Amino acid sequence: MTNPAKSRGIATCGIAAALGAAALAITPAAAAWEPTRPVEFIVPAGTGGGADQMARVIQGIVTKHKLMNQSMVVINKSGGAGGEGFLDVKGSKGNPHKLIITLSNLFTTPLGTGIPFNWKDLTPVAMMALDEFILWVPADAPYKTAPEYVAAAKAAPGTMKMGGTGSKQEDQIITVAIEKATGAKFIYIPYKGGGEVAVQLVGKHVNSTVNNPIEAVAQWRAGQLKPLCVFDAQNLPVKDKIAGEMSWADIPTCKSQGLDIEYLMLRGVFTTPGATADQVAFYVDLLKKVRETPEWKALMHDGAFNQTFMSGADYAKWVEKEEGRHRDLMKEAGFLATTN
Amino acid sequence: MEEIVNLFHGFAVVLQPYNIMLMFVGILLGVIIGVLPGLGGANGVAILLPLTFSMSPTSAIIMLSCIYWGALFGGAITSILFNIPGEPWSVATTFDGHPMAQKGQAGEALTAAFTSSFVGALFAVILITLVAPLVAKFALQFGPAEKFAVFFLAFCSFIGMGKEPPFKTVASMMIGFALAAVGLDSMTGQLRLTFGFTEFLNGFDFLIAVIGLFGIGEILLTMEEGLSFKGRAAGINPRVVLQTWRELPRYWMTSLRSCVIGCWMGISPAGATPASFMSYGIAKRTSKNGDKFGTGEIEGVVAPETAAHAAGTAALLPMLSLGVPGSPTAAVLLGGLLIWGLQPGPLLFVEQKDFVWGLIASMYLGNIVGLIVVLTCVPLFAAILRIPFSIIAPIILVMCAIGAYTVHNSTFDVVMMLVFGVIGYVLKKCNYPLAPMVLAIVLGDKAEEAFRQSLLGSQGGLGVFFSNGLVGSIMSLGLIALFWPLIQRTWTRLRPAPAA
Amino acid sequence: MTDTSHAAASGPRHRAVELGVAIAMIAFGALVMYGSLQVGIGWGAEGPKSGFFPFYLGVLIILSSVMNLVTATTLDPQQIFADWSQLLSVLSVVVPTAIYVVAVPWTGIYAASLVLIAVFMTWLGRYSVAMSAAVSIGTIVAIYLMFEKWFLVPLPKGPIEDFFAL
Repeated sequence: MTNPAKSRGIATCGIAAALGAAALAITPAAAAWEPTRPVEFIVPAGTGGGADQMARVIQGIVTKHKLMNQSMVVINKSGGAGGEGFLDVKGSKGNPHKLIITLSNLFTTPLGTGIPFNWKDLTPVAMMALDEFILWVPADAPYKTAPEYVAAAKAAPGTMKMGGTGSKQEDQIITVAIEKATGAKFIYIPYKGGGEVAVQLVGKHVNSTVNNPIEAVAQWRAGQLKPLCVFDAQNLPVKDKIAGEMSWADIPTCKSQGLDIEYLMLRGVFTTPGATADQVAFYVDLLKKVRETPEWKALMHDGAFNQTFMSGADYAKWVEKEEGRHRDLMKEAGFLATTN
Repeated sequence: MEEIVNLFHGFAVVLQPYNIMLMFVGILLGVIIGVLPGLGGANGVAILLPLTFSMSPTSAIIMLSCIYWGALFGGAITSILFNIPGEPWSVATTFDGHPMAQKGQAGEALTAAFTSSFVGALFAVILITLVAPLVAKFALQFGPAEKFAVFFLAFCSFIGMGKEPPFKTVASMMIGFALAAVGLDSMTGQLRLTFGFTEFLNGFDFLIAVIGLFGIGEILLTMEEGLSFKGRAAGINPRVVLQTWRELPRYWMTSLRSCVIGCWMGISPAGATPASFMSYGIAKRTSKNGDKFGTGEIEGVVAPETAAHAAGTAALLPMLSLGVPGSPTAAVLLGGLLIWGLQPGPLLFVEQKDFVWGLIASMYLGNIVGLIVVLTCVPLFAAILRIPFSIIAPIILVMCAIGAYTVHNSTFDVVMMLVFGVIGYVLKKCNYPLAPMVLAIVLGDKAEEAFRQSLLGSQGGLGVFFSNGLVGSIMSLGLIALFWPLIQRTWTRLRPAPAA
Repeated sequence: MTDTSHAAASGPRHRAVELGVAIAMIAFGALVMYGSLQVGIGWGAEGPKSGFFPFYLGVLIILSSVMNLVTATTLDPQQIFADWSQLLSVLSVVVPTAIYVVAVPWTGIYAASLVLIAVFMTWLGRYSVAMSAAVSIGTIVAIYLMFEKWFLVPLPKGPIEDFFAL
């Protein structure tokens, strides 16, 4: 970026500087508030997971492109399925230098454990993306489509093992949804992380998984796993050939396979309770800039993310609806904490 | 042969001046991270990861993996000098390393630790170079039952080896397991033993317990015995490195065994912690000087350090070839690979030759650089013990508090650290062994998780632990290790008494 | 250990401490069992319930502690745990550190550490005020640079840091 500007000589540099100054003069007008100390970016999950990776990519982009005058610090608070992180942000009322990235545990953790927290304790900033879920089986498994697999599971009730990340979280919710929709019965085995789940499937210690695309793409490309269907209303948008002749877009939706289940996971950003409109506007603007960078686009492309962006009232409304859906799903599955 | 050609190509990549500079920077940062309790290798790599986005992937991984090596080396320093292990796998190093420092042999202990680390890592890298694809297949064999068997073996080879009363060992270990169980039960997503306190959500992290039990406890014991560190008077001899080296080849058998244990644990992937404990336990049982373990035997430093470093290095293999991290640090590096646009997995070795072989070459060179850096600093580290106690003690207290805080960014943990410190002091005075408690805190939840995953899969049948050759033989090894004293006694009784 | 050599000096009895530790462990074991019963100790839909393992851990803690309790009663009642002067010097570390850890959430870690190091050096080490000030200030500046600036790890801060807007 900077190299061509340098080569054009002092005059252009001067213009660039003037333009830069003008840009600087405009930006504060658009967002009157700016952080005055390092911004803590809380990850309510362990290091190396999907949320952690996304937070660190955002941090790297903000640092590399100098999108903020203060530094951004990523902090993992994974205790109690992320409850630790949520409670920390909830307790930081009036400190605008704190963001949190969420995954589905924004809903599942308070519902499943009964900790005193609700997403309304936070101030919504923006939805960055939605993560997809795909039904995977080993590449040499005898079934080619989702209905065949479900039929096989029904034929041998109580022997098919479904691996997933965590307990009473998104993977298990989907598993229960499949069970409700088809009448098949799985043994759900929780593991610590998505990468481990994919490898357990390759090693045939489980029969199927509902990994995110990015968690299992390497094994798919290596011909060890195959996708059966994607839990979304439409096909994935990425059309590049990924594994042989297949692309993400070639994976059929589960709905088209007669498995009427849709599930997308929120990758969104929130800030502390009591944040002012100015402060939220600053972060929305910042995250919009992040989305424009090539690094972000590459991540979205590789992970076949659903790139919906929302902020403000739309976002809050979406989260509200999603909370209700999770409450229903978890109630049906019997996952609600007894204290609720 | 192709591997060798690739490797030389890798060396050519690494030996660019820029990359060599990054290596030195990485090692130095890593040692600092390893020395500061709480800033473990995983944290350190995670913190520095974003700084590497502007580098090429190969340069970035060279720097990050050097931070990783540096942190592995650095972890031994505080374990030996102050009895404060900064990482779970350094715990076993304190058992003999710290007594050596107290006897005035800090230099010897540090040299032995660093050299053993290097040997372990070298062994693992050679293994990666030669048999990477084979090894990857081996790692796939490890399901929950196999993992539990490995933890079982780690516990079995470690318990029953102390001189402390057996019931105190059992009580200590069970309390460790109970502490590990506090917080969220990952199998059911349910909170347990928190009694409604949100402070207990995280459970008891090993680091807080160990900083308290070992580090603070040690300061309190020192206070009781008068205001000075033992071993302070020992002279610092610049030739201590060479002298120790002359002694080390005697323990080649221990080294080799620890290398094998380490590589196996790193690949499986159970990790460096069980490797170090297992290796220490087995060395204690088989060594001629086994009785003196715990009082400052150099062999008791060699065994855990070799195994931990071999495991730490071997853990990178499943990460690269399977995309599953063998350690928390590897997990962060894995995130880094994705950000640089590289997909860890079976195809990485095919599609990204430059990167993979650059990394492997940097493992060789990074370890050599690391060894040189830390060995030159041995007299310097040992000299820290000459600082008067009333200056160093409050600084250690402050560093411990920061270490405890940074684990979960919680001031409550700092309070817990002091509580553990007082408990550690009282238990040690009452002759309760602390090591089994720490081992249980570190591995307890992982072992329980693997056990319950296996039972879920088998729907309650215990037969799953003997269902195939691999898991069966590991379990049998564990049982043999558990009953080893009994077996040994029977064996000596059955054998015809020697003429003498 | 040190106990025998000080058998004549006065201090808490070793046996009493041993008994106290064993009783505390029994109480801890009971607490663990109670907590396990709260979450269920049987076999649920997802395999063993959350309390399954901790419950038996509690049982084992109590059993082994009872054995330790019995053993402790046979100890020499005259032997002391540590004499009072030794305990006093242990307390001279524990008490300031206890104040320190409680103060950290309010004052931030820097101010509290500064005071802890300075007090420790002047009071226990009998160093001059100038020397103590130099070491304590040097330490916290080093910590600040290392954690906040280089490794970007935020440490707890209080009103003083807010005042300087650090």
